Amino acid sequence: MFKAITKNAIGLALFASISAVLLSMVNRLTEDKIAYSERLFAQKALLEIVPKDLHDNDLLLDIQPIPKRFWPLLGLKKEQFIHIARRNEKPIAAIIPSVTPNGYSGSISMLVGINANSTIIGVRVVEHRETPGLGDKIELRRSPWILSFNGRSLKNTSNSAWAVKKHGGDFDQFTGATITPRAVINQLVSTLTYFEQDNARIFSATSAIGVSENK
Amino acid sequence: MMGKMILKQITHNGLWYNNPALVQLLGLCPLLAVTSTVVNALGLGLATLLVLIGSNIIVSLIRQHVSDAVRLPVFIMIIATFVTITELLMKAYTFDLYQILGIFVPLIVTNCAILGRAEAFASKNTLGLAALDGLMMGLGFLLVLLVLGASRELLGQGSLFRDMHLLFGPAAEAWLIQPFGNDYSFLVFVLPPGAFIVTGFLIALKNSIDQNKNNRDKRERSQPVKGIKRVRTTGYIR
Repeated sequence: MFKAITKNAIGLALFASISAVLLSMVNRLTEDKIAYSERLFAQKALLEIVPKDLHDNDLLLDIQPIPKRFWPLLGLKKEQFIHIARRNEKPIAAIIPSVTPNGYSGSISMLVGINANSTIIGVRVVEHRETPGLGDKIELRRSPWILSFNGRSLKNTSNSAWAVKKHGGDFDQFTGATITPRAVINQLVSTLTYFEQDNARIFSATSAIGVSENK
Repeated sequence: MMGKMILKQITHNGLWYNNPALVQLLGLCPLLAVTSTVVNALGLGLATLLVLIGSNIIVSLIRQHVSDAVRLPVFIMIIATFVTITELLMKAYTFDLYQILGIFVPLIVTNCAILGRAEAFASKNTLGLAALDGLMMGLGFLLVLLVLGASRELLGQGSLFRDMHLLFGPAAEAWLIQPFGNDYSFLVFVLPPGAFIVTGFLIALKNSIDQNKNNRDKRERSQPVKGIKRVRTTGYIR
C-alpha cells in the first residue's frame, strides 16, 4: 500500500519536473519576442495619437506619474502614467490614460492626447467590453467616430455641446447605443478638466523617466 | 488490409461519425464563445489541434508506465504543459490574435474533447494511431469551428475573412470580402445566441445527411444498420 503510494508520488513528481523544465525552456526561447510584441502593442496606440513625424523622443520611456488626488477624475484605480511627446526637448503633447466606469458593460479605458493649447489631438479606446456591432463603434477599426473629438477643447466646445446630438450636443450617437458614446464624452470632459489643473506640472517636468511619487 | 481499415475508421470518426463538436458535443464553451469570426475560429482551432496531437502522442508514449491511480492528474499535467507552450508561442508570434482570444487559450486545458481523447483513445493505442486520432479529432473540431465562424461572420457582420492579417501578416488584409456592403449587421449572430442557433442547424444538417445515407443503405441492402445509442450524443456511434 505505502509502496504503491510512494511509487505514484515519485512518478507524479517526475512528470511535474519534466513539464517544468520543458516550460521554462519554451519561456526562455519566447520571452524576448513576447516582450518585444508587448512593447509594440503598447506603442501602437501612442503612435496613433502622436505620429512619429511630430515628435522625436521615446514615448514609452518619457513618462510622468499622476498625483493620487487626480485619480478619481481620470477614473484610475491603479497607477498609470502620462506619456509626454517632445520635439527638440520641448513638450508638445501629453497622452493621458483615462477610464470611465459608465460603459454599457463595464469600464472603457482610453488614451487621450492633449496638446499645449489644451486641445484634444487624438483619442483611442484601448480596452472595452461594449456590445459587438453596437457599442464597439468607439474603436477606430469599426468606425471613425472617435476622430470627431480631434481639435476639441473646453474653450471651443461649450459645456452643453459635450453631449450626443440626441441630447443637444455636437457628437453622433450610435443607433441602438447611447450609453457608450455618452460615457466616452463625459470622460473626455473630465480628462480635459484634469489637464487644466495639472498641465503646468506635466509640461514643466524635464525629459526624465518619471518616478512614482505615490509609493 | 486490416491496418488500412483502422486508419480509415479513425479518420472518419474524427471528421464525421464521432466529430467532437457535432456528435460528442465536447468543447462547446470555446466553440460558442470565439466563433464570431473566421480568424478567431481558425486561431483557436489551430491551437486546439496542436494541443490535441501533442497530448495524444505523449499519453500514448507513457501509457504503460503510469498507474491508474495517478493517470488523470498526469494527463491533465501533460495537456496543461502543451497549452502553456501554445499560449507562449501565440503570445510571441500572433500577439494581436492572442489579445482577442484572451482567456480562451488557457481554457483549452478544460476542453474535455482533449482529456476525452487521451483517456478514451491515446491511453489504449499505439503512438501512430494516437497521433492520427489527435490529428483527425482536432481537424474535425477545427472544421466545425471554421464553418461556424464563417456563417456567423457572414450573417452577423456581413463579411468574410475580416482581420486575417492577425494570423497571416499584412498581405492578408486584402482578403476581406463584404458581399452585403459596409453597413450590414445582424446582431443576434454576433452574440452567443447566434452561436447556439448556428450550431443547432449544423447538427441538424449532419444528422439529416446521415439519415439520408442510412435510408439509401437500407434500400440497397434491405437489412438496416444497427447502431448503439449513447448518452450525450446526437448521432450513432459505430
